[in-house]
Amino acid sequence: MVDFHGWDMPINYGSQIEEHHAVREGCGIFDVSHMTILDFEGSESEIFIRKLIANDVRKLLENYSGLYSAMLNDKGYVIDDLIAYRMDKGFRLVVNCATRGEDLKWISARAKEYDVNMLERDDLSMVAIQGPQSPNVLKNFPAPIDFLKEKKRQQGIFQDDIFAAKTGYTGELGFEVILPNEKAIDLWNIAISEGAKPIGLAARDTLRLEAGMNLYGFEMDETISPFECNMGWTVCWQDDQRDFFGKESLIKQKESNDLKELVGIITDEKAILRQGQKIHLEKENHARGVVTSGSYSPSLKKPIALARLPKSESTSCFADIRGKRVKAIIGTPKFIKEGKLIFKEKV
Amino acid sequence: MSSDNEVRYLSSHEWGRIDEDGILTVGISEHAQDLLGDIVFVELPDIGDMLEAEGESAIVESVKAASDVYSPLTGEVIEINEKLIDEPEIINNSPLEDGWFFKIKIDDDLQFKDLLTEEEYNDTCED
Repeated sequence: MVDFHGWDMPINYGSQIEEHHAVREGCGIFDVSHMTILDFEGSESEIFIRKLIANDVRKLLENYSGLYSAMLNDKGYVIDDLIAYRMDKGFRLVVNCATRGEDLKWISARAKEYDVNMLERDDLSMVAIQGPQSPNVLKNFPAPIDFLKEKKRQQGIFQDDIFAAKTGYTGELGFEVILPNEKAIDLWNIAISEGAKPIGLAARDTLRLEAGMNLYGFEMDETISPFECNMGWTVCWQDDQRDFFGKESLIKQKESNDLKELVGIITDEKAILRQGQKIHLEKENHARGVVTSGSYSPSLKKPIALARLPKSESTSCFADIRGKRVKAIIGTPKFIKEGKLIFKEKV
Repeated sequence: MSSDNEVRYLSSHEWGRIDEDGILTVGISEHAQDLLGDIVFVELPDIGDMLEAEGESAIVESVKAASDVYSPLTGEVIEINEKLIDEPEIINNSPLEDGWFFKIKIDDDLQFKDLLTEEEYNDTCED
């Protein structure tokens, strides 16, 4: 067990690699109750959320559907990444635990000017069920989770105090369930009895890394542009009348030439890529790139990493691993989806 | 491989065991494999390398961390456990038997008694 921002959380229940494979091949269950859940209600909740985050919740046509977004500061850098859901009376944001304090400060200061009320839901727990077998695991749970099978990714349902959406942090089919604290243990036990394996923080990290999903404090923070952490696609420009925090700065960033990019890298060498290792491109001697998250990929059985590099034509690079130069190929910042290799080498 | 011979330790979590006269088998402890978690790579010394007592001898890398492995005693490497290269998980599953790293020819059995006993080593792990 480890102290994770005030929460006692397991790094692994047994072998983290076995936990990883359990999610890719079967079903894993994650206690993610440390995540911060914020509900927004009030007549101006939509106006406020459209201003607060860089993606546009107007795209959410159905209740309980959600989207991934960045919340930016005035410089257009990432305060946090989050999922925003449209709810019956407003919106629900699921934000990170590590950034909770800063988020609450930022949001409350800006909410004052709107008719919107923010409520932190520490009465709710959050459980993620991930993997190709996840629909089967919940077939006996007395709630509508079963219907989720028919839903599209990022859509959800809400019934009997239980909110569930087809989403996750692993690249597999799966659900995130938000439910009253007193019901969470029941859900956990039922899922385990139906064959779900409990998954700790360590496997959660290799799963999200293979899926190419960002982790706050690694791929991005309040000094990083969304364009430099593969979050440009989450910024919504459809409605040019819409203002959002950081918009002006983003427009300036777009015009600049020195933005770096987030890529995926893989090496065949037997040395693990890890956060903070310096990277230089082919034909370059000084390192201008860095590993943002690196680990061993249990699916590919090779070291993989997300890395922030200067834009270039290079198709390979060198990582400095404990004084050794280790060659790695450059490609898409995504490796595995639904158990299959989706990494594409740069050509 | 199995042996009832006495196992002695370094506080840096390596073990040594004299399985044959003048030959020390070396590996990492149960506690070390547990701390490291899933081991994915191992870099072994070459046969013929001269190792020094408490000097760097190998590298073991788990998903979590890379860690140097020190030789409990001075000696020449005469055998390495090549199986570990392709199946490093053997170290997790059997750190004191099948997961041995290498064998060295030692000059002096007497120094073996200077290493930590199992009890002394376990005490250091609890601190």
